[in-house]
Amino acid sequence: MNPVNYLYLAALLFTIGATGVLIRRNSIVVFMCIELMLNACNLAFVAFSRMHGNLDGQIIAFFTMVVAAAEVVVGLAIIVSLFRARHSASVDDASLMKL
Amino acid sequence: MTEQLAAYTTSTGEAVQFWILGTVAVIGALSTVFMKRAVHSALCLAGTMIVLAVFYLANGAYFLGVVQIVVYTGAIMMLFLFVVMLVGVTAADSLKETIKGQRWLALLCGLGFGILLMAGIGNAALTEFNGIGRANAGGNVEGIASLLFTKYVFAFEITGALLITATVGAMVLTHRERTERARTQRELAQKRIREGTYIPPLPAPGVYARHNAVDIAGLLPDGTPSDLTVSKTLRERGQIRDVSQEALNDLRALEQRAEERLERTAIEPLKAFKRSEEASK
Repeated sequence: MNPVNYLYLAALLFTIGATGVLIRRNSIVVFMCIELMLNACNLAFVAFSRMHGNLDGQIIAFFTMVVAAAEVVVGLAIIVSLFRARHSASVDDASLMKL
Repeated sequence: MTEQLAAYTTSTGEAVQFWILGTVAVIGALSTVFMKRAVHSALCLAGTMIVLAVFYLANGAYFLGVVQIVVYTGAIMMLFLFVVMLVGVTAADSLKETIKGQRWLALLCGLGFGILLMAGIGNAALTEFNGIGRANAGGNVEGIASLLFTKYVFAFEITGALLITATVGAMVLTHRERTERARTQRELAQKRIREGTYIPPLPAPGVYARHNAVDIAGLLPDGTPSDLTVSKTLRERGQIRDVSQEALNDLRALEQRAEERLERTAIEPLKAFKRSEEASK
């Protein structure tokens, strides 16, 4: 097996996550799909790091994880305050700006 | 030197691990998307993340593998589960489409995107790889640390600023300032009497001899169940149990059974007698 297969797996996971973002309505599940996409990117970075033989890819993956942690904290806070205001976690209900 | 280290395939053990765990990861990702309840989605995603941690370890990223388990499955997924519990476990996704045909279009887009991505990777000439062995020679954690604190030190420090901003942001977003003083019990009672809506305390839920439960609505004098007797939380979740028909159903079943027995004894005593004879043979 060639480590390229890890890249294929990462691409597949990223695609599944992107499709989930488009399909699902529950904002928490949409957020989970975004996390899945970030994880797929991390896998690709780690696989590239191995293929190139240096550690820069792993550093970038580490930074991705830190940014993802910060993003999750803020995103979940937004979801909680949105739920408090509208009693629903559906992305369709947040349509105040619609004509 | 690099020519010597270049390799074309990994070990067989890693290939077996990849195909088995890769299948698990893809199944986990698919169930994250297609599970109806958010809790199930979160658990499936946690499984996928653990599998990815194993892949990091297999790729020589020992530090990242441990961080993945500690940060992602340990902290982020638990935060997700916490919010899912806060927002409501029973709240299933609505299956109604607000834009017609959006779901199929989304699936089509995903498929096209996936094919594009895979074709891009397949087109690149990636037949040999260097392997992480030489980079990890002085230890994976040491190697990462020496890079992090020399080449990437500014990014690392900016990361600290990002984390503190995110923490403050989360606190600001979820904090609710009390703009007015909480009303006392006396003031609430006075308000109720002034408005004349419902002066006495709320009635207790219906307590039957067999159903000593709080999710059963108490009966009004005319026999209809009153939702007012059940706790507000259960009412909002729609978890009120209706047992008003159960007693009648029991009575009906009892009457039916009694009729059956009466019919047997009254109309066909001979047949029953014959049957018992056959049974004794």
